[in-house]
Formats: sequence, C-alpha cells, structure tokens
Amino acid sequence: MVIEALIKIAIVLFVVLTGVSYTVLVERWVCAWVQDRIGPNRVGPLGLFQPLADVLKLLLKEDIEPLMAQKWFHWVAPVISIAVAFSVLAIVPFGHVLMLGNHAIPLTIASGINIGVLYIVALTSLGVYGITLAGWSSGSKYSLLGGLRSSAQMISYELTLGLGLLSVIMLSGSLDLNTIINSQAQGLWNVVRAPLGFLLFFVSSFAETNRQPFDLPEAEPELVGGYHTEYSSMKFALFFLAEYANIITASAVMTVLFFGGWHLPFVDQLGLSSLAMTIIGVLAFALKVIGLLFVFIWVRWTVPRFRYDQLMNLGWKVLLPLGILNIILTAFEKIYLIA
Amino acid sequence: MSIFDILFYLFAAAIVLSAAFVSLSRNIVHAAFSLLFTFLGIAGVYVLLSADFIAVSQILIYVGGILVLIVFGVMLTNRVTNIDIRAAIRSRIPAFIICAGLLALLIAFITQAHWIRYDEEPWKKTPWGKNAVEQVTKPLQGSVREVIDQQGSQGTAAEIGKLLMSDYMLPFELLSIVLLVALIGAAMIARQEAVQKKRPLSPSLPTEVSQ
Amino acid sequence: MAPLSHYLAVSAILFVIGTAGVLFRRNAIIVFMCVELMLNAVNLTLIAFSQFLGDQTGQILVFFVMTVAAAEAAVGLAIVIALFRNRQTVDIAKVNILKW
Repeated sequence: MVIEALIKIAIVLFVVLTGVSYTVLVERWVCAWVQDRIGPNRVGPLGLFQPLADVLKLLLKEDIEPLMAQKWFHWVAPVISIAVAFSVLAIVPFGHVLMLGNHAIPLTIASGINIGVLYIVALTSLGVYGITLAGWSSGSKYSLLGGLRSSAQMISYELTLGLGLLSVIMLSGSLDLNTIINSQAQGLWNVVRAPLGFLLFFVSSFAETNRQPFDLPEAEPELVGGYHTEYSSMKFALFFLAEYANIITASAVMTVLFFGGWHLPFVDQLGLSSLAMTIIGVLAFALKVIGLLFVFIWVRWTVPRFRYDQLMNLGWKVLLPLGILNIILTAFEKIYLIA
Repeated sequence: MSIFDILFYLFAAAIVLSAAFVSLSRNIVHAAFSLLFTFLGIAGVYVLLSADFIAVSQILIYVGGILVLIVFGVMLTNRVTNIDIRAAIRSRIPAFIICAGLLALLIAFITQAHWIRYDEEPWKKTPWGKNAVEQVTKPLQGSVREVIDQQGSQGTAAEIGKLLMSDYMLPFELLSIVLLVALIGAAMIARQEAVQKKRPLSPSLPTEVSQ
Repeated sequence: MAPLSHYLAVSAILFVIGTAGVLFRRNAIIVFMCVELMLNAVNLTLIAFSQFLGDQTGQILVFFVMTVAAAEAAVGLAIVIALFRNRQTVDIAKVNILKW
C-alpha cells in the first residue's frame, strides 16, 4: 500500500517535473511562432535539451540574498509556493483503475478522498501565502507591491473559481473527483452541461496562476519582476517551477472537472481489454491536459495585460454576478433537463 | 498507542506551541505566520476526529480567508518594514490571575467530570436515570467514523448539508444575512478614505483646466 | 484513540493562551488573532464532543462559528485599517475615546 503510493508519487513527480521543463520550452516555441521568430533551437536537436541548459544555468548562479530580506521567510516562501502547486496533484485521478492480476490499483496518489473538490479549493487558497510572503520578506517595495497585488487578485478570483466549481458539484452531486468523472462518463462532459461554469473557472484559473492577461503581480514594466524581483538562483527557479506546475495542475483539474478526465466517448463500445482501456484513458487524460496547456500558452502571447482597476472590475462586477447566474441556471438545468 | 494517537499528540504540541508564540511574540508578522501553524494543526486534529468537511473548511475559511485578511492588516499597518511592537504590558498582575484561574478551573472541570461516550452506558455510572441522559445526548448512533463506515465513503459533508437544509435552515439563512451585512459594513468603513480624498490636497496648486 | 479529556485539555490550554493574549497585548491585530485562537479552542471542543457523542450537531455549530469569525475578520480588520489611517496607531490603549 505504502510502496504503491510511493511508486505513484515518484511517477507523477517525474512526469510533472519533465512536463514543467518542456512546457517552458514549448512556451518559448509558441511565443517565437506568434512573434514570427524561430525560437530556441541551438541546444541539442531542435533545441530539445534547452530545459537542461536552463536548469543548469539557474542552479549554477549565485544565490543573492538582499540585505533587507527576512532570511528565513525569504527562504520558505518559494517552498510554500511549490508545495502547494504539487500537493493538489495528489488527488487528481489521471486514469481509471489499473488491474494487475486480481489487484486493483486506483490511478490516483491519494484515492478515496471524498471531499476532493474542497481540497483543491482549500489548497489553492494557500497559494497566496507563498507570494505574499515572498513580497514581504524581500524588503523591497516592488516585491511588496507585487505581493499585495497578487493576494488581492487571488482572493478576488477565488470566489469566481468557487462559483464556477459549484455548477460541477451541483450536476454530479458529489465532491469526489472519481464520482464527478463517472457522472460525466455516463452523460455529457461538464463543459457541455455547464458552459458558463467552465468559462468562470477558466478565466479565474488564469488569475489564480498569475498568467497573462492577469499577470499583474509580476507586471514587468511597472514592478520590475513583482514578488520575485529579489530572488535569484535556485529560489527563483522554485518560483518559476511553481508557476508552471500551477498551470499543469490547473489544466489537470480542469480536465477532470469539465472534460471528463480519463473518459473518451465511444471507446467503451470497442470491446477492448481492461488494460487497453486504462492505457487509452491515461493517454486521453494526458492529451487533454496538453491541449489545455497549449491554450494557456496561446492566450499568454495573444491577449494584452489588464490594468489593475480593470482586473478588479472584471472580477467583482462581471464574473461574480455571472457566477450567481450560473448557480441559478445550473439549478434549472438540473431540475428540468437532467432529472 | 496507535499512529493516530502519536499524530494527535504531535498536532497538539504544535497547536499549543504556535499559539503561545502568537500571544507572546514581539514581532507581529511572526505571530501571524505562527497562527498559520495553529490553524493547520487544528485542521489536522479535525481530520483525526474524522470531521473531514470541517477540516477542509478550517483551511479554506481560517487559513485561506481570515488569516490572509490578518496578514493584509499586518502589512498595511506596519509601514512596509516591521516595527518591533514592544507594547508596555498594562495591568499585568490581574491579567495573570485571571488566566491562571481560568486554566485551573478548566483543567479541574476536565479531570473531575465523567465524560460519556456514545457506546458507554452512562446511566450505570452517573447518579441520574436513563431517560435524563437520553434526552441530553439524542439517539446514540455510534461515532462519526462508524456512521461513515456504514454509509460508505460519503464523508460528513452530505450529513452536514442535510442538517443545514433541514433542522438548521433558519440559522443558516440568518448567517448569510450576517455575512452580507458584514461585507457591506467592511466596504463602507474602507471607503471612508475615498470620500475624504475628494477635498483638494493643497489648494495652492494650479488646477488643470481642460482646453 | 486518545481519550476525550486530552482533546478538551488541548482546547482549554488554547483558550487560556488566547485569553492571555487578549489581556496582555495592546496591538489591536494581535488581540484580534488571540480572539481567533479562543474561537478555535471552542471549535475544537465542539468537534471533539461531536465525535465522542456520535452527533453531527457539533459540526454544524463549528460551521456557524467559522462563518461568524469570517464576518468578524472582515469588519474588525476594516476597523483596524480605518483606525490606522486616522490615528497611525493600532494600540488599543490609545483608542479609548470612541470618536475623533
């Protein structure tokens, strides 16, 4: 049991860390493609070893600690960021049950968490601490402003995130991620059943992951680098890693909640063996996550950054009323269309 | 001693130590982040008491909401750098007497009282009769953990939801009004600055006139 | 499982620590944090009783306490910020005139 969990943790960690480094590479490629450039292609064939070079560069740089920094907090802030980003992955089901002989292995690190959705929301709300702490402990005004901005932004958009999630919870009547996937496998995917909820969740995940068009916490022209202005070397790399890990986590959660997780329509009618079904499920999950990742990158290089007041207006005056409308619509749908 | 017991005592130690740090620390930011560990420790104890929904709510509301507000308050009132708040302690002796007395009283209660469990037969050990106890403790259906085991992995969320929408409907609705009023009140207090700023800061400055 | 009295003892100690903070400290935000500690101590007691008596009502009460604490945090901190803006202090001993 413990060994099984450890193996799953090792696999997920390996896949996500590799995923993070190659997401960075893909991001640079897409960026270059959008801007009509060539992009990184020097290191290795097609530039495929670029992530290794990046990591090596970050590791070998000097770790500068500002004079005004609060040493211990300055060190612990990136650790909080990365820990929060990874711990959400513990409950994401990346496949159906794997049968080895008579032994069933659920393809989730921590299976049987029956309040999975709440766990995700709770951990997302912890992400604020890493950034706020980084901003405060750096002892620099740019960092502090970036940190304060990001906390305000994340708190505001957490509401919308929760309201978007509510439609999923209402439709499947459960907080358990596996039940949510099963309810989508039996009916339609939630993205069809609750499009407004998806839109809300989608927009607020951009804000929660501090990505363009909501990357105000690190708005370069105004705040140098925002909360990680004073970070260098490995600690900066941790923030960088956390940002991309957050995107991967957000994509995975979105896949589970709105795109049916490992479920593909019509595959269960092909009469394949259970092993083949499981493998197809995992591949489908990975493909969906990669697709959403591409959307994250695509949006970043296409949409300009919001101004701070526009961001707050959008969050409180547009998305929040829409979220309440979403609950009412979903309730009507649940009563008149589905039941 | 099972692993859950060991975990409980670890959490208990973490709670007490970090709480003591909150109330004694000279540095307000350290106090705020110490409070984070108290809240997380309490959430851990909730999990050990098989109150999963409440544990996550604890993290969501206390850690993700209230404490973030407190950290905001700390940062906004601390003039960027943290000032050492060595406030002179007033009326030290009466406060100490009250605290010591309260602790003694509570500990005395806890050690003296006979605490019944759902699976005990309290009427055998207590002076009053069976009916009185049944009135006090409602029908005893087994511990929360046993109920969970019987009903499958529903967790406590479903049960709490049903109770909130039936027996506790009125308090639930009242609470939403309390929250709304608090939100409006907080926004109102925070808006005072905007009203005051309408006065020109320095009248001597030439005002921009649009051409 | 640890006996009920141990849970209650932790909660009692937590409550007394909170009380001590409220009585000893003069920074409004620290007093505020200590009030939260006291509320948490009460919550812990309620959950412990809920588990040991097999009754979910305690958890409902905790849910209510948390909601009220959230409302309290919003209003309380707004007051602290307004106070700091007007008086540049968060020392509760210096704000004893009720108006300014």
